[in-house]
Parts: sequence; structure tokens; C-alpha cells
Amino acid sequence: MTLKNIIIAASLALTVAAAAFAEEPKNAPAAAAPAASAPAVPGAPVVAAPGATAAVPAAAAPLTKKRELKANKAITLSMFAVIIGITLGVVVWAARQTKTTADFYAAGGGITGTQNGWAIAGDYMSAASFLGISGMISLYGYDGFMYSVGWLVAYITVLLIVAEPCRNAGKYTLGDILSFRTDPKPVRAVAAISTVAVSTFYLTAQMVGAGKLMALLVGVPYKTAIIGVGILMVGYVVFGGMTATTWVQIIKAGLLMSGAFLLSVLVLAKAGFNPIFFFDQIVNSPDIQDHVSKLVLKDGIVLNGIDAGQRFLEPGLFMKAPLDQISLGMALVLGTAGMPHILMRFFTVPTAQAARKSVIIAMFIIGGFYVLTTLLGFGAAINLTPQGIISVDPGGNMATLMLAQQLGADISPILGDLFLAFLCSVAFATILAVVSGLVLAASAAIAHDIYVNVIKDGHADQHEQVMAARITSLVVGAVGILIGLMAEKANVAHLVALAFAVASSGNLPVVVLSLFWRKFNTAGVISGLVVGTVASIGLVMVSPNMTYPKLVAKGAEKVIAAMEKKQAALAPGAVLGEKDVKALEKAKKDVLDKDGTSIMGLSEPILKLKNPGIISIPLGFMAAILGALLFPNKRAEEMFDEVYVRQNTGLGMAKAIDH
Amino acid sequence: MAEKKYDWAAIAKNPKFVELHHKKQAFLFGWWIFSSLYYFLLPIGAAYAPGLFKIKMIGVINFGYVFALSQFFVSWALALYYAHVANKDFDRLTKELINELHL
Repeated sequence: MTLKNIIIAASLALTVAAAAFAEEPKNAPAAAAPAASAPAVPGAPVVAAPGATAAVPAAAAPLTKKRELKANKAITLSMFAVIIGITLGVVVWAARQTKTTADFYAAGGGITGTQNGWAIAGDYMSAASFLGISGMISLYGYDGFMYSVGWLVAYITVLLIVAEPCRNAGKYTLGDILSFRTDPKPVRAVAAISTVAVSTFYLTAQMVGAGKLMALLVGVPYKTAIIGVGILMVGYVVFGGMTATTWVQIIKAGLLMSGAFLLSVLVLAKAGFNPIFFFDQIVNSPDIQDHVSKLVLKDGIVLNGIDAGQRFLEPGLFMKAPLDQISLGMALVLGTAGMPHILMRFFTVPTAQAARKSVIIAMFIIGGFYVLTTLLGFGAAINLTPQGIISVDPGGNMATLMLAQQLGADISPILGDLFLAFLCSVAFATILAVVSGLVLAASAAIAHDIYVNVIKDGHADQHEQVMAARITSLVVGAVGILIGLMAEKANVAHLVALAFAVASSGNLPVVVLSLFWRKFNTAGVISGLVVGTVASIGLVMVSPNMTYPKLVAKGAEKVIAAMEKKQAALAPGAVLGEKDVKALEKAKKDVLDKDGTSIMGLSEPILKLKNPGIISIPLGFMAAILGALLFPNKRAEEMFDEVYVRQNTGLGMAKAIDH
Repeated sequence: MAEKKYDWAAIAKNPKFVELHHKKQAFLFGWWIFSSLYYFLLPIGAAYAPGLFKIKMIGVINFGYVFALSQFFVSWALALYYAHVANKDFDRLTKELINELHL
């Protein structure tokens, strides 16, 4: 009965939380908002909806630059089948080894440091890293590269502050670390809610991205793609638990790195393996120069020829709000270490030394990947031209895939198809690996923290615990599929940023204070988690991430005016292109909602920042510290010695591994 | 809760543990602050010192590019340095402590 109740409660909570965000902007890719052409903020490759292309007047690329990207369906689908086959094999093997709770949540602590390093990289690098960042570089040059840096530097925090202490002091979840010297029930409950919130935001973005990507690449309908990906992810987690999830992530990281490496070699070969020449090519490309000229013209700056080419290597083409970048940087640097699916990876290794080794290996893989991404992004700009990339996807998300097809085809046409199909399947594996990790983290929080420890007071035998874990994963996965189906038209780009904001403002402060501050206690954990989470979500709700119909209507007026001008300039009797007509129709519809407000009832954003970190992180820390100071607890202070000795030495850890 | 097998308060006062704790704390937080400062120089510099970022260093490759690339190498170097110190000092001290406690 209780299990049933908790499942119902959990799925309701999840659905409501996601629906609040997913339901909101039905007409998301705002017609005139330049943001619609921007690459996805971290997270899923948000493939701009059709129509957005025409909506950005500057994107009116010369027709000669028009390109197409169509994967060979037979080759691509058979490569998908190979990946599905291999991973299912892994699941069957893993399922046989998954008997106890420790097996299910932590692969029995039997993952080596090296394996875990690859798995962390596989867990972390989403399709957005793979496709979004290189796309951003191909269209905006330097800013894309600068953007990628924070994703690696984040691991310094993981390495120095959280990895080893968490391995020594924790067991399966965030709740385990936080409840050590606090009142376990309320702390676990709040920690579980925060974990589920972060995972759901991230999962929604991934699922929607997955559906759109698959639809675009291989022409599978959106809903079919979501259900397919969803069933696989549920299958991996329910049957194979952490062991299967880990190996899916390792396989994905391997595929991703080999794809990126191979493509980089081809790019470098084009430049005769001479980096100086490679950069000269960027600066001297007439297409890049033309593209940059148009970009800076929007800011009223005239720049031509080689100066425009050089500008591509300088900051400021995309990131025009420095405070927002710093805010995002803070969320990355602190949020990664508070991500439940990343924290969970440290419980799979046997010792703190292995945890240390795994972070360092992950850092080399992730950093190496981003360095290669620069080559891919600039390589795409040189070989495909920014105009050609925009013509396929205004956000540039397809740049890497187009590059693979082109460079492969330069050698032999069939090779182009093969290489493209290979990279499509890498994207597919990437999605599977990331969503599985998230489902596992969310279900561990619900099953282990709420069901076993809050409802059952920790009195559940192995069989019951594993059963609860499996049922919860099934439900979480099903809810994930449902949200994915519901959110097809929603604007999900901000959800990944939101997940990082919650992780950095809610989770990280309380983890750090639990591990390092003697006076920290129950009140501190709860106030820190609640304030950090609520502040992040609340600030995003009043930020420019939401849709403001009034602003959309204003933009639409401009589009209509521009289109009318265009129409007037045409020869008599000529009509606007199909895309223009569509944009005009959309603008005419948007313009009607002149007095509309966002879901918060605002006509324009209160906060100018898209990333709330710079405000919400200090708030989270302050709330945690104040809460602890206002409600001191003697027992928590006395137990600090134990926590501190444990997290530094690993004493008493054998118990935590549960053998 | 944990069974009272160890006298945690006594271990926490053990000179070996105190030494470990001091060394570790200084290293971890010191280098964490360093790496964060170094990282935030990138977005801050890009926004407020664009002139510096434009200076060409090798051919058309400018300071901004070299600086962004250096972030990767600084992070890797710090990771390796930490691994070196932890393997050599922290792990040794921990081992000595555990031996001393006869655990």
C-alpha cells in the first residue's frame, strides 16, 4: 500500500513540476527573438522549429549556399541496431549480477577508477556538448570555445571538494551524505525532492532534444523516437541497474571520443596538419568574413575583409551579457559537483583513491573532447561556411554531422554516408547514456531515501529494496516518456541551465557544509536546500527565459513591417518565398496577443539574467548557514568528528559498501 | 547510525590526523580558489578587456585563444599535481594513522 502511495505521490510531483515548465511557452521559438537562432544553452540540442529560419532576417542566406543533411536511413538504422544489440547484451549480463541493493545503485562498488572515469565522461557529455558547442563555434567562433571551458573547470570542484569525501561518507544517494549527522527523515525527504527536481529538469531537456534530433536525422516521428529512447532507457536501468548504466556510459564515451578524434584528423588533414595554416584559413575565408560582417552590423559596427575574419577569433559575437556568462560559469563550476547523477558515480568505486583517479581520467576525456570540438567547430566554419550551416539549422546544431558527411564524401561518397551514420549513432548512444544516468539517480532518491528510509525506517530486506528500486525506475522512466511526449512544442532550452542552478544553489552548499563545517545541522540542510532550490526556480520564472507575449508581439510587428517592405521591393506580381509567408503568418498570429503576460503574470522579465546563479548561489549558502546558526544542534556538532574522520580516512567505509 | 567501533573524537585529536587535516584543507581550498579565480578571469577578461584578448601572439592566433586553451592545461596540470600530492602525502599520512590506531 505504502509503496503504491509513494509511487503515485512521486509521479504526481514529477509531472506537476515538469508540466509547470513544459506547458508554458506553446509558441516558444519566438518569431523575432534573435535567441531563437542561438545555439542551445547547455543541454539538449534544441533544434529550432521550422519557421524560425525565416524569422531571423539576417539568416537569409544566399540560395547558392543552401545545403541539405539527410542521413542514409538504412545504414543509420542498422548502426542504431548494432548499438542497441550491444547494450542489450550488456544489460542481460548486468542483470545476472544485480542481486543486492548495492549492486543496483552502486554496481556493488566493483567499478574500477578507469572505468568510472569513462563512465563519468559518458554521463556528463550530453548531445548538446557534442552537437551544440561545435555548432556555436562554427557560427560565433571564439565565444563557443570560451563557453566550453566552464564545463571542464567544473571538475576541479568535483575533484578537490566532493569526490573523495562523498565516496568515504556516502552510500548511494545525496540523502545518505546529508543525513549522516542530522535528523534523517526530513533531510532525506528534502534531498530526494531536490534530486528529483534536478533530474527531471535535465531529463525533460534531454528527452525533447532526443525526439527532435532523431526526427531530424533519420526521419523517425518525434513520438516514436521518444517512446523508443524511453523504453531502452527504462530497460537498461530496471534490469541492469548501475552496472548496465555504467557500461552504456562507457561505450558511449568511447564512441564519442573515437568519432570526435576521427573527424578532427580529417579536419586537420585538410589544413595539412598545420595549425597556423588552419587559423589563417578561418581569418581569410570570404564566407566567414561575410558572416561576421553581418553579425557585427546588427550592433552598428562596420567591419570587412580580413578584419571581419579576425573578429571571428575574438570574444563578443554571441555572449553579449557578461554578467550572465559569469553567472552561468558559477552555476557550472559549483553545480556539476552538486548533480545527483554525477555524485552517484562515486559510490560505484571501491575506494577514495579510485574516486580520485576516476575524476582525473574523466577530466582528460572531457577536456580532450572540448579541445577537439574547437577543431570541429572551426573546421565546419571553414569547410561548410556559416551560411551553409545556418541553412540546415539556424542554431548550428547540425554542424558536426554535416562536416562528417562532407569530409567523408570528399574521400568517397559512400564514406560520407557511413561517417554521418556513425556520428548519428554516437548521438543516439549519447542520449541513451545520459538519460539512463538521470533515471537511475532520480529513482535512487525516491526508492532509497523516501521509501526505504523515510517510510520503512530503513527496515526493508534486500529483496524488497531491489524490488522498490526497480519499480521506481520503471515509474520514473514512464513519467520521463510522458513528459517528453507532452513537451514536444515547449521551450526546454532553459531547463538544463535551471538544473545546474538548482544543483549549485541548493545541493552544493549543503554538501560542502555537511562535510566541512562542524556547526552544520538539520535546520541548515533544510533551509539551504529549500531556499537554494526555490530561489533558482523562482528567479528563472521571472527571467527572460520565459515567454512574454507582449515582447513577442512587439517583435512580430517588426517582422510584419520587414516582410511588407520585402514584398514592396519585389517585382510586381512576384510573391514571397514559402518560408517568408510562414513567418508572416506566425507573426500575424503573435501580434494579436499584445496584452498577454507570461505564466507569472508579467508583461516583461523582472530579472535581466538568464542564469540565476550569481544571486541564487549566495542565497543558498546564506540560508544554509543562517538556518544552522539559528537552530544549533549539539548532537550534530558532536558527530562532526566522526564525519570528518570518515571522509578523510575512509574508516568505517566497509560498512557503507554493504558486503 | 554507525556502531561505536571507533572513538572518533580521539582519532580527530590524534596528531597524525591533525597534520593530515591541516595539510589537506590548505591544499584543497587554496588550489580550488586559485582555479576558480583563473577561470573567472576568462569571462571577465573577455567582457572587460577585449583589447588584451585581441593581441595577436602566433600568426593570427590571439591572446584570448591562447588564454582559453591554457584553461584546459591549467586544469589538467592541477589535477595531476593533486593526484601526485594526494598519492604521496595524504595517502601516506592516512595509512600511518590507521597503522598507529591498529585498525
